[in-house]
Amino acid sequence: MDMWIKVLYDMSANMILPTTAAFAIAAIGLNVHFGFTGLLNMGQAGFMLIGAYGFSVATIAGLPFWAATLVTIAAGTIFALLLGIPTLKLRGDYLAIVTIAAAEIVRMIGRASVLNSVTGGSNGLPGETYRNTFSALSPFPDGKTAFLWFDFDNTGVNGWFIRIVAWSLVVIFAVLVWLLMRSPWGRVIKGIREDEDAVRSLGKNVFAFKMQALIIGGVLGAIGGMFYVLPTSVQPDALGRNMTFLIWTAMLLGGAATIWGPVLGSALFFALRIFIQGTVDILIPDAILNTQQTEQFSWIMVGVALMLLVIFRPQGILGDKKELNFNV
Amino acid sequence: MSNATKKTATEARAELKTVKQTPGASKPDAILVVDNVVRDFGGNRAVDVDHLEVQRGVITALIGPNGAGKTTFFNLITGFDQPSSAKKMFGGPSADKAAKWSFNGKLLGNTAAASVAKSGMVRTFQLTKALSRLTVMQNMLLGAKDQRGESFLAAFVKPLWAAQEKANIAKAEDLLKRFKLYEKKEDLAGSLSGGQKKLLEMARALMSDPVMIMLDEPMAGVNPALTQSLLGHIQSLRDEGTTVLFVEHDMHMVRHISDWVVVMAEGRVVAEGPADTVMSDQAVIDAYLGAHHDTDLGDDALLEEGAMDAPKKEKK
Repeated sequence: MDMWIKVLYDMSANMILPTTAAFAIAAIGLNVHFGFTGLLNMGQAGFMLIGAYGFSVATIAGLPFWAATLVTIAAGTIFALLLGIPTLKLRGDYLAIVTIAAAEIVRMIGRASVLNSVTGGSNGLPGETYRNTFSALSPFPDGKTAFLWFDFDNTGVNGWFIRIVAWSLVVIFAVLVWLLMRSPWGRVIKGIREDEDAVRSLGKNVFAFKMQALIIGGVLGAIGGMFYVLPTSVQPDALGRNMTFLIWTAMLLGGAATIWGPVLGSALFFALRIFIQGTVDILIPDAILNTQQTEQFSWIMVGVALMLLVIFRPQGILGDKKELNFNV
Repeated sequence: MSNATKKTATEARAELKTVKQTPGASKPDAILVVDNVVRDFGGNRAVDVDHLEVQRGVITALIGPNGAGKTTFFNLITGFDQPSSAKKMFGGPSADKAAKWSFNGKLLGNTAAASVAKSGMVRTFQLTKALSRLTVMQNMLLGAKDQRGESFLAAFVKPLWAAQEKANIAKAEDLLKRFKLYEKKEDLAGSLSGGQKKLLEMARALMSDPVMIMLDEPMAGVNPALTQSLLGHIQSLRDEGTTVLFVEHDMHMVRHISDWVVVMAEGRVVAEGPADTVMSDQAVIDAYLGAHHDTDLGDDALLEEGAMDAPKKEKK
C-alpha cells in the first residue's frame, strides 16, 4: 500500500515541478507555432537551449537578473528571425527540416570543446554559477513551508519560490495567448494555418504575421528553457531532439490550438510517466524488469502513447473534434 | 447615390461602343493596363500578352478554352506568380520589353500579392479557398481592410479595436444576408457546400470594398439555380461601381452579363469585343472548336488520306 501512496505522491510532486512549468511554457510557445499558425517547428528544444544559454552565460558574465532575462528574450527573437527569414516564404515542411537542424546546430555548438570557457562544453554549466541572482529576488524568509502533502524549502534550488514564479508565468502566458487569439491578429494567424494564399489574396502580409508568430513562440521557448535550467543545470544534451518530441507529445495530449491544452498536457504528461513507471515497478518483479529498466519502459510507453494519441484522438483532451473533421 | 453610380456604369458601357474590336484595343477609361506579360514553364509559353486594357466600371470576361493561360494570367497580375519577362537586376529583357502593368494609375510589377490586394484589386480562386476551420463570420471578417486589431501590440487591448470590429461585423452580416449565408454565419466554413463556399469567397472579397474584383471561374461546379443568382450578384456589383474581371471557359455563361469579352488562346489574346460579336469572330471559333469544326467526324471518308483538306477544296 505504501508503494502506491508513494506513486501518487511522486505523480503530484512531478506535476508541480518547476521544470514541468518550464516545459509547459515551451509547449505554449510550440502551440502558437503549430496549433494556431500551422508552423511545423521541430526544434523547440533549440529555442529552449538558446534561452538557457542566453540567461546563464549573461549572468555568469555579471549581468543582473533582469538584464539576463532580456538577453534570453533577445536570443529567442534573433534565433527566430534567423530561422524565419530564409524559410517562412517556403512551404511548411521546409521549416520543419530547418528547425530540427538548427536546434542540433545550437546543441553541437554548445557542447563544442572550443567554447569550454563560455558554455562549459559537454559538461554544461552548473546551476549554482547563475542561479543566485534569481534566488536573491525571493521575498520569502529562510526555512521550509509545508502545504498539502508537499514540504519544500522556501527559496532553495527547488523550493516554493521558483515553483510559484514559474507557474505564475505559465498562467500569464496562457492568458496573453488567449488575448492574442481572440483578436483580429489571432484571426489572421488562424487563417494562415488554413490557407496562406487565401489570406494573402485578402491583402494581409502573410510573411510578417508568420514571423511574428515564430518570434512569440520562440521567445516563449527561450523563457521556458531559462526556467528549465534554473533549478537544474545547463546540459546541452538534456535539451536535444528528445525534448522537442516530448513537448510535441505534451501539446498534442492536451490539445493543439487550445489555450490550456499545452499546460494540461505538460502536467499530465509527467504524471502519467511516473504512473506507468511506478505501476510497472510495483507489479512486475525485479527479475523481469528492474527499476532502471522500468524507467526506460516508461519512456517507451511515451512513444507508444504519442502514436495512439495521433491516431485515435488527434484533437487531444481539450480539442474540439468538430474542428478536425474538415482538415483535408 | 445609387442613381449616380448606375449612370457611370451605363456611361462606362456606352464608352465601350466606340472601342475598336481588335486584340489589345485601347479603352477610353482603362483601370488595368497590361504590357508584355510573358510566363514560360520550361519550354511551354503559357502566357504571352503584349497589351491589354480593361475598362473601368464594366464587366469584362476573360474566356478561352482549357489551357489558354487565363488563370496563369490572373496569378501574374495579382502577384501570385512572377512573369518570366519581369525586369531583372542583371540581364533580363530591355526596359521597353519588360513586363509592366498598372492598376488604377499605379505600377504593379514585382508587387507582393498582399500589396496588390491592398491597392484594391481583390481576387478569388478557381478552387475555392474557404478557411475551413474558421466560422463563416470569421472568414468574412478576415476580408476587412486596415484593421487596427491586426497589429500585434494593439491585439492585446480590446478597446482599441472593438468599435471597428463591431462595424465590420455589421457589414459582414449585410453581405451574408445578400448572399443568403446569414443563417450559416456561426458554422465552420468547411461544412458549407461547394456552391456556398463560392458565395462565401465572393462575399469575403467584397468585405474590403475592392475597386476591381477578379473572379476565377466563379460558376465552376455551381448548380444552374445558384449560377443565376451569382450572375445577378456580379451584375449588381458592376451597377454599384466595382469593376469586374472574370475568367470562364463556358462562352454561354458570359454572354448574358459581360459588357466586354477578351478571348485568350494558347496564351495570347486572340480577340476582344462585345459578347455577341466576338463569338462569331473566326479566331474565336477556331480557338474553341478547331479549324475543322464543320467536318463530320462520323464520315468514313475522313479516314482516307488527305480527306481533312478535301471539304475546303470543295467549298472553293
